[in-house]
Amino acid sequence: MKTTADPKGVLTGEHFLDGDWSCAEGALAAGCRFVAGYPITPSTETVERFWQRIPTVGGIFIQMEDEIASSIAIQGAVWAGLKAMTVTSGPGFSLMMEHIGLAAMTETPCVFVDVQRGGPSTGLPTLPGQADIMQARWGSHGDYEVIAVCPNSPQESFNLTVHAFNLSEQYRVPVMVMLDECVGHMYEKVVIPEPEDIEVFSRRWTKQPKDTYLPFEPEFDGWIPGMVKAGDGYFLHVTGLTHDERGYPQMNAECQEKCVRRLVDKIRKNAERIVRYEETSMEGADVAVVTYGITSRVAYAAMETARSHGVKVGMHRPTVIWPFPEKRIRELASQVKAFVVVEMNYGQIYYEVERLAAGKCDVHLVDHGGGTVHDPEAILECIIKAAGKR
Amino acid sequence: METTAKRKKTAHVADPLLRMDRMPHIWCPGCGIGATVNCFASALAKCSIKREKISIVSGIGCTGRVAGYVKLDSFHTTHGRPIPFATGLALANPDLKVVVYSGDGDIMAIGGNHFIHAARRNVNMTVICVNNFIYGMTGGQVAPTTPLEARTTTTPYGCYEAPFNLPFLAESCGAVYVARWTALHIRNTTNSMVEALTKKGFSFIEVISPCPTLYGRLNKLGDGLDTLKFFRENSEIRNDADTRTIDIGFKGKIVCGTFVNKEAPTCLDRMNAQLAKVLKGRYVPWGASATTVSEG
Repeated sequence: MKTTADPKGVLTGEHFLDGDWSCAEGALAAGCRFVAGYPITPSTETVERFWQRIPTVGGIFIQMEDEIASSIAIQGAVWAGLKAMTVTSGPGFSLMMEHIGLAAMTETPCVFVDVQRGGPSTGLPTLPGQADIMQARWGSHGDYEVIAVCPNSPQESFNLTVHAFNLSEQYRVPVMVMLDECVGHMYEKVVIPEPEDIEVFSRRWTKQPKDTYLPFEPEFDGWIPGMVKAGDGYFLHVTGLTHDERGYPQMNAECQEKCVRRLVDKIRKNAERIVRYEETSMEGADVAVVTYGITSRVAYAAMETARSHGVKVGMHRPTVIWPFPEKRIRELASQVKAFVVVEMNYGQIYYEVERLAAGKCDVHLVDHGGGTVHDPEAILECIIKAAGKR
Repeated sequence: METTAKRKKTAHVADPLLRMDRMPHIWCPGCGIGATVNCFASALAKCSIKREKISIVSGIGCTGRVAGYVKLDSFHTTHGRPIPFATGLALANPDLKVVVYSGDGDIMAIGGNHFIHAARRNVNMTVICVNNFIYGMTGGQVAPTTPLEARTTTTPYGCYEAPFNLPFLAESCGAVYVARWTALHIRNTTNSMVEALTKKGFSFIEVISPCPTLYGRLNKLGDGLDTLKFFRENSEIRNDADTRTIDIGFKGKIVCGTFVNKEAPTCLDRMNAQLAKVLKGRYVPWGASATTVSEG
């Protein structure tokens, strides 16, 4: 249900904040009252900020013994009735994967923040990367769908963290906030609106009476079951096993089809409602730069330079990156000569764009292993080549 | 057949607690888990906690199925992780009585780290660990509780790793209540459960259970009844025993009793005290008196 922010958590005003802190402020504004986390660079500032703020707002922060514990403690808190999130970076995100699957399977609304650094393994703890994008979608075993947002500034870190909580409540899915080290540690002006100007989606409590309530029967929008919390007297059963509408395990293919199909379809069939992107100069463009997070700001400089040289180039930047804006990319594929995908990894979203372009136009990748942002020259060169006179 | 179907079912003490629509359960004949669930049902009937204020959390394994059979708010989580889930539940709503009910493999191997930290923090929860010395669900592998020399499918020539002594582990990590019984000690187990459920802080009960299908068969210990006879002949009640001295050897003596029963502030007590001391009037206390912030 749409409502507005609880004023207790909202620090209305103009601030000079980094992306990690503004993420914590976004969570507080969205009504998050429980964070469990484990220290890991470059995400730690988010939980530090939350812990500094929450005692005077009313809520809990707990530093758990590891990321596995953090990623399930938040789910306990959600079933107790709170909004909750955990915050981490690559190695911790890897440890959380099983519980992203649990949240997807049990339709537990919660938020996972990943401030991406260079990987794999311990990689580059203090330096940026964008190589967890596919992990955010596919990291846990089995079939499921999630939502992920991808900010490119501290302001957007605030806005999209609020949005992440809203989407998680609306669709009852785990939502990832995919920051990167640059956005996480970058200080900029952040404007936090008045509480009544912040749209907040509250929990979808069931309207069903105790005797007929089915915890996993769709009740809202044809897809989403209504929730209850522990202590309400519904004697709820929640399991990570394949389950029927009652929440009871059923070990057979029919129930698997019904249970998991809905988990996947509630996102896939609503994808066009969930996708969000920003486009710049796409009108009449020959080349579309597809990029996200901090990389979009470097690519922007390259795009401007190319335009000053007369190249018709625009930018498509998903701010909700999962589900991916498939319909729009397909449309663009029949309008432009080429896509230039710019990302701080050796090719992840590139393959999505290549799949959707389906041979209708060229698709180029400007990759980068992380550790620093791209050289705008490399992006410029690729844009000119893509616009090209081949 | 017709007469059997028509026969009126006799109510059992555990019936109100069980999800009868989920019967029959998956446990083997002779297994002790069902006996502990009976004790749990009796304990709930004896204490005055409202049933809707109790949440039960299990992990994965034979004992991990308990959450699925009891008519409480019940959460069947991931392998080894019922304690951190329960931590989130207990901290987020301190009005709930949270019970973790799971096996020795789940709580002490894969979940061992969470066990020691929840005990250290003194989170308000009761942990009931059914210890059958083996991984049952996956077919009889060695556990961190398997006694030296015992055979399992992954120690076919006998176990050579020292097992945990669970009450000693729990006590040394800070548990405020620690007891051990066997599945034969129905009344003692029930009483301990009542004590643990009404205790504030981290309470721990180990219940030694027969596993005739795997541990019993692999070690030629006979059926479930034979194991219960063994428990009767080889268990000794020593309340307040020094937990350092109560290791369990292969076919060895099982020391039972209540070993720890003390008072200590819970992690929420300490949090509220510390934050009120430093932040004074600015602090919004968290707990029974605080409002649950469940909506945006």
